[in-house]
Amino acid sequence: MSFKGNLHNLKEKYRGTKMAPAFNAIHTFLYLPNEVTHAGGTHIKAADDLKRTMNIVIVALLPCLLFGMFNAGYQYYAAIDAANGITSEFTILGSFLTLDNLWIGIIKVLPLVIVSYGVGLLVEFIFAVIKGHEVEEGYLVTGMLVPLIVPVDTPLWMLSVAVVFGVVIGKEVFGGTGMNILNPALTIRAFLFFAYPTWMSGDKVWVYDAVERTGTADAISGETILGSYAQNQEVAYSTFDKFMGFIPGSVGETSTFLILIGASILIFTKIGSWRIILSVFVGAAAMGLIFNQIVAFDIITETSKFYGLMNTVWWEHLTIGGLAFGAVFMATDPVTGSQTNKGKWIYGFLIGFLSIMIRVFNPAYPEGVFLAILLMNVFAPTIDHYVVKGNVTKRMKRLKVKTA
Amino acid sequence: MAILSKKDTKLITDPLADNNPITIQVLGICSALAITADLKASLVMGIAVLFVMGVGNVVISLLRNLIPSKIRIIVQLIVVASLVIVVDQFLKAYAFELSKTLSVFIGLIITNCIIMGRFEAFALANGPYRSFLDGIGNALGYAVILILVGFFRELLGAGTLFGIPVLGDPIEKTGLFSTGYENNGFMLMPPMALIIVGLIIWVQRSRNKELIED
Repeated sequence: MSFKGNLHNLKEKYRGTKMAPAFNAIHTFLYLPNEVTHAGGTHIKAADDLKRTMNIVIVALLPCLLFGMFNAGYQYYAAIDAANGITSEFTILGSFLTLDNLWIGIIKVLPLVIVSYGVGLLVEFIFAVIKGHEVEEGYLVTGMLVPLIVPVDTPLWMLSVAVVFGVVIGKEVFGGTGMNILNPALTIRAFLFFAYPTWMSGDKVWVYDAVERTGTADAISGETILGSYAQNQEVAYSTFDKFMGFIPGSVGETSTFLILIGASILIFTKIGSWRIILSVFVGAAAMGLIFNQIVAFDIITETSKFYGLMNTVWWEHLTIGGLAFGAVFMATDPVTGSQTNKGKWIYGFLIGFLSIMIRVFNPAYPEGVFLAILLMNVFAPTIDHYVVKGNVTKRMKRLKVKTA
Repeated sequence: MAILSKKDTKLITDPLADNNPITIQVLGICSALAITADLKASLVMGIAVLFVMGVGNVVISLLRNLIPSKIRIIVQLIVVASLVIVVDQFLKAYAFELSKTLSVFIGLIITNCIIMGRFEAFALANGPYRSFLDGIGNALGYAVILILVGFFRELLGAGTLFGIPVLGDPIEKTGLFSTGYENNGFMLMPPMALIIVGLIIWVQRSRNKELIED
């Protein structure tokens, strides 16, 4: 008997019992269910149900995950070299895509993924069984996003606590997938940031083992680019490094290049809205340009604590600090984002605009992106409301002109 | 023979659970969010409100036939304000450190909606004895939630209860404990108090289906 047949039998066996949703979820995860809605009539069979949608987002995220695993190792060995004063020439095959680097990725990044999925899906299954509805697919993407937006050294217990909080408070209390007002992955990130700030910022957490080695002779560190700019320091990374992502940062958000590949998958399959992605970048560029002009007109001088970040060239802001990741994978969340086309432009623009503003004015919140997206999540329904209302008013006027 | 009649007992027990001023009537939320970061402050705030409400309800009840209804709010405010000043001065004299932690929130008991609400809804229409019981009951209901929230926030946010470390020995300046527990900074922020109050409401309503509103 086939695997699908076995799953189907299991499902039939538990039909009508309390545990039914858990088995239904496994069954429909990879296969179409055998049953049809009713015997006669027309059936529409489409491949793009919610599970397929989620799976495509995961496919789009995989390059970032793989890159993050290599980068975890690369940053580790680079930091050790830097601490020992060794300078080695950088080649992609020789020093980045190596088995040593991948191994660090496997022992550090994979556990994050496993814990995120394990804990999150457990909460989802428990809620599905208690509430007696089908297991919802929402966590498939959240579970993949979470390990990509946390620092590599995040303790696993901390991640579990945050995932439970994010799924229960961020999603289930509102009624589950599709009802949440905040992006659950960002709720988890925000919880971690506010609950355990020492693990989410500083120059230690971004490199594997750096926290353990603090205070010893082998101490290593890796300050993020935003962190360096906030302290008015120069960074040693080239624009190419920043774009390709060979920089310290959260696990999977450093490589703007791979994020753009993910973005093209999302846009091609029409799952992510290109309007939101584009307008986030436009908004960020606009705010970056404004800050550049402020520096150009000498309103802010080098003595100011904002100088380092304000003087950052506007296009550089787009490649650092997770802005691209937020724009492509977080802001485009169809549940929490704006629904109307005009609303999407406003929503995206404000995310970009506010991200850079938060980042520059409050160096304690270098990851302004997640705060900006959460803030705009809250405002998305309001934006939609006024867009729809504006449209109604416009058409009412047209109606009056015709009838008059 | 019971000390209180059945009807009078309900005056005290009702606000403790099924008609709780915070979780059911959703009154007095601001002080519940502001001062519950540690248990001691929650307890003192609870006692302060207990005093103000117990005495205030009796005073208003005694005056209820003398107060012209047009200026009753002003009279009520004067009664609350005098009682609150008594509490404030008392704390400043005997627990100065604590009165600094509670800062304006003792003064703001005046504006606590539970107190004005009970004056208006109960003391103006009932005798002093029953008003006293009602005041005590509502203040206890308020204090119970405050202490519950304060317990979780201090335990998880600072690893202490009444300032005494209970989750192992703290390691200086790191927020870590010898047992491996780590302080959850989010617990000390007001949003978390709101979430804890929300969770209490969730538990309470799922245990008692009659409380669920459509």
